[in-house]
Amino acid sequence: MKEAGIKTWLPSLLRLALVVLLVAFVTNPGWFEPLLKPLTENNAPAIYNQGSLLTLTLLHLRTVLIATVAATIVAVALAILVTRPAGVEFLPLSRSLVNIGQTFPPVAVLALAVPAVGFGEKPTLIALFLYGLLPIFENALTGLTTLPANVVEAARGAGMTGWQRLTKVELPLSAPIILGGIRLSVVISLATATIGSTVAAKTLGEVIIAGLLSNNLAFVLQGGLIVAALAVLIYDGLSAIERYTARRMGREAE
Amino acid sequence: MIEIEGITKRYDATTVVDDVSMLIEPRTIAVIVGTSGSGKTTLLRMINRLVEPSSGVIKLDGADNRSLPGYELRRSIGYAIQGHGLFPHRTVAQNIATVPVLLGWDKARIKARVDELMTLYQLDPEAFGPRYPHELSGGQQQRVGVARALAAEPNVLLMDEPFGALDPIIRNKAQEDLLAIQKRFGTTIILVTHDMEEAVHMGDKIAVMDAGKLVQYAKPAEILAKPASAFVETLVGASEKPFRLLSLGRVRDAVEKGTAEGEAIPGDASQRDALAELLWSGRPALPVKGDDGKPLGRVTVDGLVKRAARPA
Repeated sequence: MKEAGIKTWLPSLLRLALVVLLVAFVTNPGWFEPLLKPLTENNAPAIYNQGSLLTLTLLHLRTVLIATVAATIVAVALAILVTRPAGVEFLPLSRSLVNIGQTFPPVAVLALAVPAVGFGEKPTLIALFLYGLLPIFENALTGLTTLPANVVEAARGAGMTGWQRLTKVELPLSAPIILGGIRLSVVISLATATIGSTVAAKTLGEVIIAGLLSNNLAFVLQGGLIVAALAVLIYDGLSAIERYTARRMGREAE
Repeated sequence: MIEIEGITKRYDATTVVDDVSMLIEPRTIAVIVGTSGSGKTTLLRMINRLVEPSSGVIKLDGADNRSLPGYELRRSIGYAIQGHGLFPHRTVAQNIATVPVLLGWDKARIKARVDELMTLYQLDPEAFGPRYPHELSGGQQQRVGVARALAAEPNVLLMDEPFGALDPIIRNKAQEDLLAIQKRFGTTIILVTHDMEEAVHMGDKIAVMDAGKLVQYAKPAEILAKPASAFVETLVGASEKPFRLLSLGRVRDAVEKGTAEGEAIPGDASQRDALAELLWSGRPALPVKGDDGKPLGRVTVDGLVKRAARPA
């Protein structure tokens, strides 16, 4: 009995500890200097000193958020379009378009985008947006095409218009699966956003790159760990929302 | 009244429903029976235009069912399907309120109607209203499904094998509930089933379909007595016929003068139940009591056997 108790609250406790640690680190990195000092050589600084970690973290999150919201809107809209009777013909086309977005390496997208839109956040947003489309689109497609047939039939039989069926039945029922796609996309974007700093986007990649350039392991580690902690926490949070929506419908989350 | 006139549905080269005409009187139950692939479900779905006919007309109370947009027509017609099709992300109360919400009823009226239907179906609105469909038993889900179909007080209720997924005991209860509610609201019901037993029990008239054609449309007694074709005969089941015929009659109509020993059978019971009781207990006669408990007379094996014979 006692062991089962530990099993249920231990993960929540670990998550809470991670949040506290993360917030403390980005707001007061000085506290952690003794820990990171052994990783530096020649008296190099142990804590990133060319900008605030908090600002970089927030900018990193903002970039990911904008890219993911845009990718979600486009991917879900596309999935809705190709699952309507009028749009079925576009299914193969949209599938290949989205797949190209995924197969194109983000680095290549950055290289191609910079001449067109200049340095900074923009090329990064384009790369993340293209890269994030596929998981959301595929999941939305799965969600919208695997709805229980008798529920959709009942919605038609009750006299819902096409729009009402979409907003009141089809989207709410596919929400857990679509959320799963968004979750994948966010985690990929969180990691990929770091390379945006190669084209002068303000992300946590700046810390890692600075570390690599000056051979400072402490920088590389703190940049990487913040990204990793963000990814774990956001992944967990979105999984919890998914489970909640799925459970409300009497479905077991995967 | 529902008038189906020369309705045909073709998918490419296959004719699913072939020139069917029938007339369903108001406040009655018409049961469409047939094997799978007979076109019975397609015929039903053409009434509320979930399927558009290739040719022919369906009139509801004299008005062509194409005079309204499909979704508006469907809001005025109840529709209950096998496996209930409840919305899993909405509570029981929200499910029942579906059509009234689409019609824009005000909140108080919706709540009153939902509570009325739930009470009618022996579901406590306080306890069951906020629950989700997956938290209910199969029988309760089915009742919510029918309650949802009846929510906007439709004159016509279409049912596609609504009891198909229920176990026999719950199915009987659901059938009795439906008969009681049909009497109460005076709804015209069209019910599709493959179960002849259910058809004989529920139907004021039975329509038998085979390969898209309406083979026979008549009162249950006539279907049993004079099947129009060998197919109808098979569907009725040769060995079941006498018992089905008896199941149509009430004990009170078979009462003879005299008395008998033992526990009395109510006059409302079916003659088939009375015969079964007689055969099982090995007695030649049973006393019959009325609704008030007073003795009406008796039923005898001989009397019932004569009634089970092929009508002249």
